[in-house]
Amino acid sequence: MNSLLRRFTFVRHGLFFLGLAVVLLILTSFVFDSYTNYNVTEVAIFAISAAGLTVLTGINGQVSLGHGALMMIGAYTTSVLLTWHPDLPLVLMLIASIVSTGIAGAIVGIAGARLRGPYLAGATLALAVALPQVPSHFASVFGGNQGLSVSPPTPPAFLGTSFAPEQWLAWITLAAAVITFFVLANLVRSATGRRFRMVRDNEVAARLSGIDVARTQVLAFVVSAACAGLAGSLFAYWVTVTSPSGFTLNLSLSLLTAIVIGGLGSLSGAVLGSFIVVYLPVWTGGFASSLNLSSNIANNVPLAIYGVVLIVAILVFPRGVAGGVASIVHGVRRAAGSNRRAGVLPAAPQAPAQ
Amino acid sequence: MRPPFGRSRTLAIAAVGGTAVLLTAACGSSSGTSNSASAPGVTATTVTIGSTQPLTGPAAPGYSEIAPAANAYFKYVNAHGGVNGRKITYTYLDDQYNPTSTATQTRKLVLQDHVFAMFQALGTPTHLSVVSYLNSEHVPDLFVASGCNCWNNASQYPDTFGWQPNYTIEGKVLGQYIVQNFPSKKIGFFLQGPNDEFGADGLAGVMDSLQGKGLSVDSTPAYYTPTAAGAMAVGAAIAGLQAQGVQVIVSFSVPLFTAVAEASAAGLNYHPQFVVSNVGSDPPTLSAILTGGALGKKLPAGLIAGTISDTYLPVLTASSNPWVTLFQSIKATYAPSLPWDGNVEYGMAEAYTFVQALKAAGQNPTRASMVAAVESSRWTDGPGLTPYAYSSSDHNGYTGVQMVTVGADGTLTTLGPVETTDDTPTGAIVTYSGTASTPPTNGIPSD
Repeated sequence: MNSLLRRFTFVRHGLFFLGLAVVLLILTSFVFDSYTNYNVTEVAIFAISAAGLTVLTGINGQVSLGHGALMMIGAYTTSVLLTWHPDLPLVLMLIASIVSTGIAGAIVGIAGARLRGPYLAGATLALAVALPQVPSHFASVFGGNQGLSVSPPTPPAFLGTSFAPEQWLAWITLAAAVITFFVLANLVRSATGRRFRMVRDNEVAARLSGIDVARTQVLAFVVSAACAGLAGSLFAYWVTVTSPSGFTLNLSLSLLTAIVIGGLGSLSGAVLGSFIVVYLPVWTGGFASSLNLSSNIANNVPLAIYGVVLIVAILVFPRGVAGGVASIVHGVRRAAGSNRRAGVLPAAPQAPAQ
Repeated sequence: MRPPFGRSRTLAIAAVGGTAVLLTAACGSSSGTSNSASAPGVTATTVTIGSTQPLTGPAAPGYSEIAPAANAYFKYVNAHGGVNGRKITYTYLDDQYNPTSTATQTRKLVLQDHVFAMFQALGTPTHLSVVSYLNSEHVPDLFVASGCNCWNNASQYPDTFGWQPNYTIEGKVLGQYIVQNFPSKKIGFFLQGPNDEFGADGLAGVMDSLQGKGLSVDSTPAYYTPTAAGAMAVGAAIAGLQAQGVQVIVSFSVPLFTAVAEASAAGLNYHPQFVVSNVGSDPPTLSAILTGGALGKKLPAGLIAGTISDTYLPVLTASSNPWVTLFQSIKATYAPSLPWDGNVEYGMAEAYTFVQALKAAGQNPTRASMVAAVESSRWTDGPGLTPYAYSSSDHNGYTGVQMVTVGADGTLTTLGPVETTDDTPTGAIVTYSGTASTPPTNGIPSD
């Protein structure tokens, strides 16, 4: 059994994510209240999008400051289709958003494959700034600044009338997140994932090895955009209103913050980072209002604390929280190992920071 | 700090258990005079209500004072025994005038803070994002701080009530004034939008009055987006109106954008007559924006002199008005850091209406009794210039306004009588004949 798990990544991941799904099902059903479910849904949406960004930025080395705009495409795909046909099923909406945003990602990716470093960041930044202006100019389709309203999914009747809609959406979103992470975890360990990393580490070497660099970069963009599209669609159901105000530059930067603070290139880091980015404002908001400051100061304290915490976190954990945890585990192991087998093995070299 | 999930669950169970004990205790004492935890957010000694407000962001100048002012009135009521022995706890959260934040903050108020009712949630585009949710949860959604006609929809949104005259009522009266006073001038519009109910409802009201009167109207309104980026585009929009030869600009805009529009016009050496909706015309707010350098440089407050607007509350600078005296004295004690301006008056007046409603909802209010109390109110003794329109089919608040003009020193002067109307295109505009009410001596609504 042990050797089977070690040999077949797919089986190992399958069992892990199945276990994770069961744990989340129990938590959302019996432990969390409605508001916690509501927030956990946000973490899951964020994590799906951040995971896509991790593949693009952390694993393939392409910076995107425009992932909020890609989420916006997903959200508007769902919202516009639902405005036209309110009875379309949720699964179809999720798929439609994945496809439409994937196509958008391919277009951005083709342009992006010609750009490097700050130029790519600039181009994607332009996307994040420009796209939220579109709904105002085509207000008849996109509802202008007011946006389009989306009805939250109603729980099926067999769950009973007292079943909270927040719990139902949490189930849907967490299921989507578990599937996304299962797919991505396998992808990054596959040949495709290795090509992604090779392009990131050395484009010339990748080319010499016969890898089509541009094609690999476009593929990474499509995968990443598809995740953003799925997250965007779920975001529409979660907020229940899709307006440009939901997809500001802030969102794109928060996603980047999540993957950097969580640990660049690590999928578990994307989850940790999303958790921090979603919950930090909740905590700081509560803290600020408990201080009894004058309103001009209290209103801005959460933002200030948020900034300070981010700076400190990056200083303390330059490789993100996931990287920090990994080095602590590594350090403990090394200490334990050196006790048992003193002098036998040389200390493992520290992984270089990315 | 937020407790870990497990503990919050335990707390929730404890809270439910505690509520059950209180309920049992209340049922045990059958006298009917003791307080019970009769609804979510109501305990024997407190009533918790919630709101979303633009405390920061593009709509914050001026509007961020509204909830603190209302809270000052509640503190005053609490200090004088509360309502039926219950103190009012008012939790207002910042949504930055961003509909997405409104949606999430409202969930926090309902799901985590378990508010009894929403009160004076501010903004048309913002509150539209949660009105369905609040009604599906049957949370009383009282006195939305917005003049959108959309709050008056008793069949679809039975728990939602407007308060200030809606923008169509206001627009009709503004339009009538324009017809009477500027019949030969070219009329243009500066509106929040497009596809924003605030601008659209106001435009509809003004057009109801201009229709068929033979006035020259510029058919393409200039629109602005209420964001930082939108503020930069206002200059071009105003230049467009100037190029069309517009002489009267009717503006349905939030204060920051009124200020930007008037400053842009002055910068273009363009001096049209501005006719501005009440929500965007408060002189102290505008002069604070202009003189405070929020527009990149310090501008003279006198820029807004001559602006025409309207009011549905006693004129701010009428220092002998008993409502103004009452609210000013409460402000001095309970919120000394706030300025005295239209936002503060608004917040306190709306809080007064809430206390009226809470008293009318009975000793042990429920969400249903609160809604019923407003629908059957027919209160005439509030701070407003007209009575409320509330009934089971009409969820509008005040039904009329009085025209005012801004003097060079920021004082407001009334122009003519209080005019009332409804929001239908053909509803007549009638001069209000009732007399102004005076506040009770202790400043708290009587039963």
